Amino acid sequence: MTVKRTTRAAPRRRSVILIAGCVPAGLIVALALVSFFWLPYPLDDTSGGRLSPPGASHLLGTDKLGRDLLSQVMIGARIALESGAGAVAIGGVLGVATGLAAGFANRWVDDTFSALLDVLIAFPTLLLAMLVVAAQSASLGSAIVAIGLAMTAVVARLTRILVKRVLAQDYITAARTSGTSWPRVITGHVLPNIWPTLVVNLALQFGLAVLAEASLSFLGLGAPPPNASWGRMLQEAQATVSTAPYGAVAPGVLLVALVVGVNLIADGLRDTLDPTRRRSS
Amino acid sequence: MSLLDVTGLSVVTDSGRALVSDLSFTVEQGGRLGLIGESGSGKSLTALAVMGLLPPGLTASGSVVLDAPGLGRTEMVGAAESRLRPLRGRGAGVVFQEPLTALDPLMRVGRQIAEPLRRHRGLRGAELRRAVAAAIDRVQLPEPDRIARAFPHEISGGQRQRVALAMALAAEPALLIADEPTTALDVTVQAEVLGLLGELIAEKDMALLFVSHDLAVVSGVTDELVVLKDGRAVESGRTADLLHAPRQPYTRSLVESARTFENALERITR
Ligand SMILES: Nc1ncnc2c1ncn2[C@@H]1O[C@H](COP(=O)(O)OP(=O)(O)OP(=O)(O)O)[C@@H](O)[C@H]1O
Ligand SMILES: [Mg+2]
Repeated sequence: MTVKRTTRAAPRRRSVILIAGCVPAGLIVALALVSFFWLPYPLDDTSGGRLSPPGASHLLGTDKLGRDLLSQVMIGARIALESGAGAVAIGGVLGVATGLAAGFANRWVDDTFSALLDVLIAFPTLLLAMLVVAAQSASLGSAIVAIGLAMTAVVARLTRILVKRVLAQDYITAARTSGTSWPRVITGHVLPNIWPTLVVNLALQFGLAVLAEASLSFLGLGAPPPNASWGRMLQEAQATVSTAPYGAVAPGVLLVALVVGVNLIADGLRDTLDPTRRRSS
Repeated sequence: MSLLDVTGLSVVTDSGRALVSDLSFTVEQGGRLGLIGESGSGKSLTALAVMGLLPPGLTASGSVVLDAPGLGRTEMVGAAESRLRPLRGRGAGVVFQEPLTALDPLMRVGRQIAEPLRRHRGLRGAELRRAVAAAIDRVQLPEPDRIARAFPHEISGGQRQRVALAMALAAEPALLIADEPTTALDVTVQAEVLGLLGELIAEKDMALLFVSHDLAVVSGVTDELVVLKDGRAVESGRTADLLHAPRQPYTRSLVESARTFENALERITR
């Protein structure tokens, strides 16, 4: 009976954080989805007049070329979500796979691998991204690949540590003394015990990837114009920020809202996924 | 022929340090042997070596022959994983020292007990569920339905150790290896679990290899003893004889400290 009570009472508290995170993130997802079907103005429409303040015809005002800021922000939402999801997909798949392999490898392979990871992780994401972009060209795709690769090292290292820690646990030895095969130990005990931490971490990495894409675009290394990444909008608004701040406010606020939202979701997930925290919270 | 025959078992690290040296003992069908020694004397490593499950970086040499009825004679040292797996759980099962860490924190207790039942006895569906309930019932746990649905952190330490016992017994091993199964429990719970262990062993005519540093505990559940010190056997014989007439100074000191402890307890409880 007590079990029921604790598991019923706890979700209500947890969901507060999850919902608090889902609201801003959901709004931005909605903006991005709508942008596929409808935009207030096409991106290259410069009919709005330069730097008009927010008003009835341009809800968020226009930029210095007269383009509608709301339309740009909507496309920017799409780009931000695409880069977060793309980078997490690349970093998650590659990182978890290599981390798992290293976690089970013999000592020699494992030592080499972790030394390699330490070097990769010390390498700044932006520098790596610049190299990738230089090797290809400035596009959203190469920015995502660069961010995803940088993330791979971080995720691989975390996965490796998690696997090692779980493998050292008595319940793994206990499972093996009862004759459980390795594949079943991995699917039945190792993966279930590492994935809550991994999921939470990937959610945090999503936020970092969004920020990294904005930084790359700010430096001119992201999606080329007229695609409006929030980072590029911030960069373009920089020159006129003292006279017409609207251009910087919208992308800035949305960027922060998305990252905060995703981090809150990560926190909410952390409590939801771990039954031992479920009770204590 | 003995159920378990250990001859000249040694365990060394990669760097060459000997952790267990030239250890020999036998456990007969239905016999009860105690392995006693202070912390770090190599008791747990011996238990793991018997299962062929030493941690990476440690190597066993010598011979460990397990001859479980229906499973054939097997040399466990150096055997291939595929040869050992069917023996683990059915030839010999293990209960570990620390009941909390020996259960997967994220898996419901019922599923953890079901796992060996499914693998070794081939049970499925409703039959499996009944067997899980019976296994929980057998270790005298209350509210089997609740326990089966609980996570390990939602039941008490004594209950966890009963669950671990149920898991080890699920496949009905010929030999039960108990590695200090009651050390983490308080004295009354310890006595209950020991009593239960004794009953279950007798009921199924199982053999027992009982590992402990606590002479008082070991003497209650075993007929024979091997005394370990720094990975070597210093003395062995019938439990009653060793208790009354320890030959080696080390054994004598173990007996004396157990006695002092007991006297102190008596003085407190009186
Ligand atoms: N993986 C390992 N690598 C190297 N040395 C180890 C390893 N595991 C255990 N040892 C060492 O082997 C010795 C025996 O360890 P073991 O766990 O068998 O002790 P024990 O008799 O079970 O003690 P306790 O009563 O404290 O459980 C100890 O000195 C320990 O430090
Ligand atoms: Mg031990």
